Amino acid sequence: MGWRQRQPDHFMTQSTALRLTGLSKRFGSVVANDDVSLTLEKGEVLALLGENGAGKTTLMNMLFGHYLPEAGTVEVADESGTLHALPLGHPQAALAAGVGMVHQHFALAENINALDNITLGSEPLHGFRRNRNSAKAKIDGIIERSGLNAPLNVPVGRLSVGERQRVEILKALYRDARILVLDEPTAVLTPQEADTLFDNIKAMTKDGLSVIFISHKLREVLAFSDRIAVLRHGKKVGEMATADADEKVIARMMVGADTPKVARTEMAPGAPVLKLSSISVEGRAKRDTLKGVNLTVNAHEILGIAGISGNGQSGLASVISGLAQPSAGTITVDDQDIPKPSPGAMVKAGIGRIPEDRHHEGIVGAMSVAENMVIERLDDPAIQSRGLLKRDAIQANAEKLAKAYDVRGPGVIAASRLLSGGNIQKLILARVFERSPRLILANQPTRGLDMGAAAEVGRRLLEARERGAGVVLISEDLDEILGLADRIVVIRDGNIVEAATHDREQIGLMMAGEPT
Amino acid sequence: MIRIEPRENPSRVFAVGIPILSAVISLAFAAIPLLAAGANPITAYGEMIKGVFGSVFAVSEMLTRATPLIFTGLAAALAFRAKLWNIGAEGQLYLGAIAAVAIGSGVLDISGILLLPLIIVLGAAAGAAGMMAPTYLKVRFGADEVVTTLLLNFIILIFLQMMLEGPLQDPMGLGWPQSAPVLDQGVLPPLMDRMRVHSGLILALVLAAIAQFMLARSVWGFKLRAVGENAAAARHAGINVRRSLFGVAAISGALAGLAGVSEVAGLKGYLTADLSPGFGYTGIVVAMLAGLSPVGVVIAALFIASVFVGADSMSRAMGVSSFLADLVVSMSLLCVLVGGFLAKYRILRTKGATA
Repeated sequence: MGWRQRQPDHFMTQSTALRLTGLSKRFGSVVANDDVSLTLEKGEVLALLGENGAGKTTLMNMLFGHYLPEAGTVEVADESGTLHALPLGHPQAALAAGVGMVHQHFALAENINALDNITLGSEPLHGFRRNRNSAKAKIDGIIERSGLNAPLNVPVGRLSVGERQRVEILKALYRDARILVLDEPTAVLTPQEADTLFDNIKAMTKDGLSVIFISHKLREVLAFSDRIAVLRHGKKVGEMATADADEKVIARMMVGADTPKVARTEMAPGAPVLKLSSISVEGRAKRDTLKGVNLTVNAHEILGIAGISGNGQSGLASVISGLAQPSAGTITVDDQDIPKPSPGAMVKAGIGRIPEDRHHEGIVGAMSVAENMVIERLDDPAIQSRGLLKRDAIQANAEKLAKAYDVRGPGVIAASRLLSGGNIQKLILARVFERSPRLILANQPTRGLDMGAAAEVGRRLLEARERGAGVVLISEDLDEILGLADRIVVIRDGNIVEAATHDREQIGLMMAGEPT
Repeated sequence: MIRIEPRENPSRVFAVGIPILSAVISLAFAAIPLLAAGANPITAYGEMIKGVFGSVFAVSEMLTRATPLIFTGLAAALAFRAKLWNIGAEGQLYLGAIAAVAIGSGVLDISGILLLPLIIVLGAAAGAAGMMAPTYLKVRFGADEVVTTLLLNFIILIFLQMMLEGPLQDPMGLGWPQSAPVLDQGVLPPLMDRMRVHSGLILALVLAAIAQFMLARSVWGFKLRAVGENAAAARHAGINVRRSLFGVAAISGALAGLAGVSEVAGLKGYLTADLSPGFGYTGIVVAMLAGLSPVGVVIAALFIASVFVGADSMSRAMGVSSFLADLVVSMSLLCVLVGGFLAKYRILRTKGATA
């Protein structure tokens, strides 16, 4: 195992680096944070856990001055260890006090190199010359101490995701951050890259850096943090030393109840449902490109597609959902050739698609829940006759599906963007599963969902498999694939390799492209 | 320090309230130049109201002015709903007008009761054709239709002048750049004796009602709204985005073309190069004021026509320039744009000095 238990070996200099006291924030009638207090010791790694919408991001945004809390204080220690209250609502003050943040979505300019990205913003806007050499020397020093290796003189657009993340961290450290907040840092990394990241973090904490890392992956939290704080519904519901915690305790704390376990029974695969033969796609970017992919998905089978994000998953999903035209190769569904793939043709062929970006591709946010539930079947005579919508039927259909799939929100005639992320996903599940598709493409189906909603997605996918559907599960969460898939293939650089194993370590190596 | 935050759930009250408030505010602001010109604003607005509602003739004039604005307002509103920014209604209006006189004034030898329907259909088709090229350039090459439709207006205007001094010139017109009059069978009949308001208004109102119905109730309208609100999701759901765009482009162009038909065959009787005092552009203001709703277009067109006609009448009565009307119309557009922003975002004042 590449995951080692962290030794609490650096507790020798106990002093508080950051203290949040009684922070509260509400948005309209929603209480995002209610009297949350947290302390972070110098050189400590604190894991901030919580489901989506628990208030983790709001809390961090108050720390950074992006939001103005209604009550509470933020105190940050200076170099000598004395705590000073931070003026609230001022991002510049937080930066000046040495608080740095690495967001889940990187804020890097792709067309300029890492060095310039790191120094960008921390030099005078109207200066005529920049002192690149002293900047370079400072960054080299940081790299040496932390082990955060990244090529500095290559445009960031050409760096791997792991390298970009290191550039983001370097950027924060370059600005003399003494407190670093990492928002879901491992979401885009292979298990091996995640290991390296945590090794680097460990080296940095020895230097006196304090780290808050936001996550919902219990495994890495247990392996790499010193202390755990759990938020639920905007309140801090628990705090403990990692040494005293286990997965079950934390999960219960996050959800407030025991998490539903997805039951999975072994099942013999049936006849092939989807066949991709030598499919190539010439995409604009690497993530859209496929190079002669052969893939068969059988009935009663969940096929897991593992891979580092950006290795062709988007291309594969686009082909199966009909959005991309392959430049070569054939697609057959149930032995029927699909000569001219389009989203409409794929839906007709019996493919249900759960898109990766549910807000952007899954729903039309300004249109109602009911309309979004029928958007894929506008030529269905149950929905329309002679070009006119049957509004009662659409309404009745929506009421029925909302009930069956537990879509909660302000009602089926309300705009769908008012639904929470989990309920938007349930809307899409309802739309896909009600048609009893032969094949289901589930692209990152649980990303951003809370544990309850994620378990529901898994349960529905297993149900479809039981019914005889084939499922293509594309996920960046290897745990999810290991838990659900009957068969796993690894996608790398637009190619697909059969994994023939459920071993995490081996799959990780295949994802990174190393010979096994 | 001021901070701008998006509103999570903009109220529906804004949708109706903002245009009305904008109209009132723009009239209130217009009092400032009125005062500067030495006029009493209350008396001036009294004259305006009299000029619009004071007599049957006044109302007829207002409705006559509103008619083309309903057509061009609908043209803009439908296209904008699909996020197709058709700024070319002015040119498409002239294409419709050219088609109307080409068929209707005896240049081509068609007559009888079929003439009027033919003028309407071909005028609409000409307007629609004018919107095809920019739409093709948009879906094929990603050319910005704001630029292409706008520039096409000037090309069409020059083409119009060429026609009016060439094949379409009235042989009896003493060399003026104007077309021969539309034949009697091709005229949109007036609605009242000795009044200028004509049946083009009825056509406009019927089309507005149809547009409203189709947007909300038809599969076509469903697809149009989906494409406009989120083209990526529409495409993913299997809606043919290109076809939807071409469809709405044709309808938008056709509506603008009908504005030209209505002006030529209902009001002027013949075509000159100053047929439209910018109805195509004012249609954009109408559509924005209307919140892109077809029924709203009718109301907004009536408002703007009232401002124009009322300002004319006030200017005659009080000796204040009628450019005031342009001022009110432009300010109402600005108010709607600012109001639309305030409906989507809230502005918060944060306390304390900047760090």
